[in-house]
Amino acid sequence: MTKPVVGVLALQGDFAEHIAVLRRLGAETREVRLPADLAGLDALIIPGGESTTIGKLAAEYELIEPLRKFGAARPVWGTCAGAILLSRDATRAKHGQPLLGLMDITVQRNAFGRQVDSFETSLDVPALAAVADDNPPFSAVFIRAPMIESADAPDVEVLASLEDGTIVAARQGKLLATSFHPELNQDDRFHQYFLSLLP
Amino acid sequence: MTDGNGKKDVASFKVKAGLAQMLKGGVIMDVVTAEHAKIAEDAGAVAVMALERVPADIRADGGVARMSDPELILQIMEAVSIPVMAKVRIGHFVEAQILESLGVDYIDESEVLTPADEAHHIHKHPFKVPFVCGCRNLGEALRRIAEGAAMIRTKGEAGTGDVVEAVRHARSVFGEIHRLQTMADEELFTYAKDLGAPVALVQEVKELGRLPVVNFAAGGIATPADAALMMQLGVDGVFVGSGIFKSGDPAKRAAAIVKATTHFRDAKILAEVSRNLGEPMVGRQVTDIPDEERIAGRGW
Repeated sequence: MTKPVVGVLALQGDFAEHIAVLRRLGAETREVRLPADLAGLDALIIPGGESTTIGKLAAEYELIEPLRKFGAARPVWGTCAGAILLSRDATRAKHGQPLLGLMDITVQRNAFGRQVDSFETSLDVPALAAVADDNPPFSAVFIRAPMIESADAPDVEVLASLEDGTIVAARQGKLLATSFHPELNQDDRFHQYFLSLLP
Repeated sequence: MTDGNGKKDVASFKVKAGLAQMLKGGVIMDVVTAEHAKIAEDAGAVAVMALERVPADIRADGGVARMSDPELILQIMEAVSIPVMAKVRIGHFVEAQILESLGVDYIDESEVLTPADEAHHIHKHPFKVPFVCGCRNLGEALRRIAEGAAMIRTKGEAGTGDVVEAVRHARSVFGEIHRLQTMADEELFTYAKDLGAPVALVQEVKELGRLPVVNFAAGGIATPADAALMMQLGVDGVFVGSGIFKSGDPAKRAAAIVKATTHFRDAKILAEVSRNLGEPMVGRQVTDIPDEERIAGRGW
């Protein structure tokens, strides 16, 4: 079997951390900054970062439509800012901030407040049992994080919620959105789970 | 079954250093008004730094430079949705307590302001809000990290528009890290002593091959080419102070520096974004500035 080639949108944010995990798992990786960089990729990750900055650079370098086309056919995972980009609708977004509208979720930007309200917590993620026999809670880092306000289609599966019911991870087919940052952990289960979505 | 979805741990070092991770590959812009902050956000800044005067004006006006008026910082926080940072004087932990109570996202304990303590920096670990600090070399960076800084910026020489000191400080940090990596483990103890840095952090840097926190460049970056130069030297992102709002067309220059920081290895794009930017900030050659007027030497 040939190695999958996974792109990481490298306009801004913590793309290097995603690339490090993917390499650890044996995937080939590529930084994506321009539309031509998408050619031949098997999957794409949109990293954490500042969603207004990533959206603006994606629009200026004409990546929005190519990303939409890519996501209609192949696995795409958005972490934090990436989840905002993937969403159909985002509240508290900056006026005119571009969204890819690939996933039928409504996301609320900066939902937990400012940096002093950022936190770590452990999450039960039953779906990760598919890639790990032992499936202990996943330590999740939330940084000025968005929440998934609502799953807006019947095929959107909620993968993890906080104690109060706030949705923080969801999947719709080959698309994955997390409010938090698995790339900041040494725990590779979420990345393994994403790679398992590849054909 | 596991017992996940448990309690929230706020303000861990991972959470504080994590925000800096999200700023990487981005540009943090000095702003003095809510109006500036909006221009910066529209241009694609990843964060803004609220201060009462940009470094070029602090340099020109003289006098004591302090934390900004909280009213101004609150107006800036109200005006934009991106993270807002603000500066405190070196060692002035009460200014830091005030900024933390306002809810700013990051505090810059900055040599650009007049130091409040000539021997000690702020003990930063107890604060919930993360700190960024300046450095000229590896030892200074590690002393700040030991005190709790969750992000580092090389100092450069603020308010000059001359990139030479930013380059000197970045080369110094990266050069020392390279040297460290060639050393045997038993050499690290004496090297730590020479650097004036805790040995545990020196060992960690050798293992990682980089600083354990995000490292931006600052001080003298005035053009898209300057930003790309610092990125190619290996920093994680850039602060631009006077370079934007002391130039002829701030909005255009800000957007160009953002693009240059993303596409820092693409000379074609760098050429394109550098065209017709109007007047850069006037600038002042660092070698013309007498030692006692230089800012980078503040910090211990």
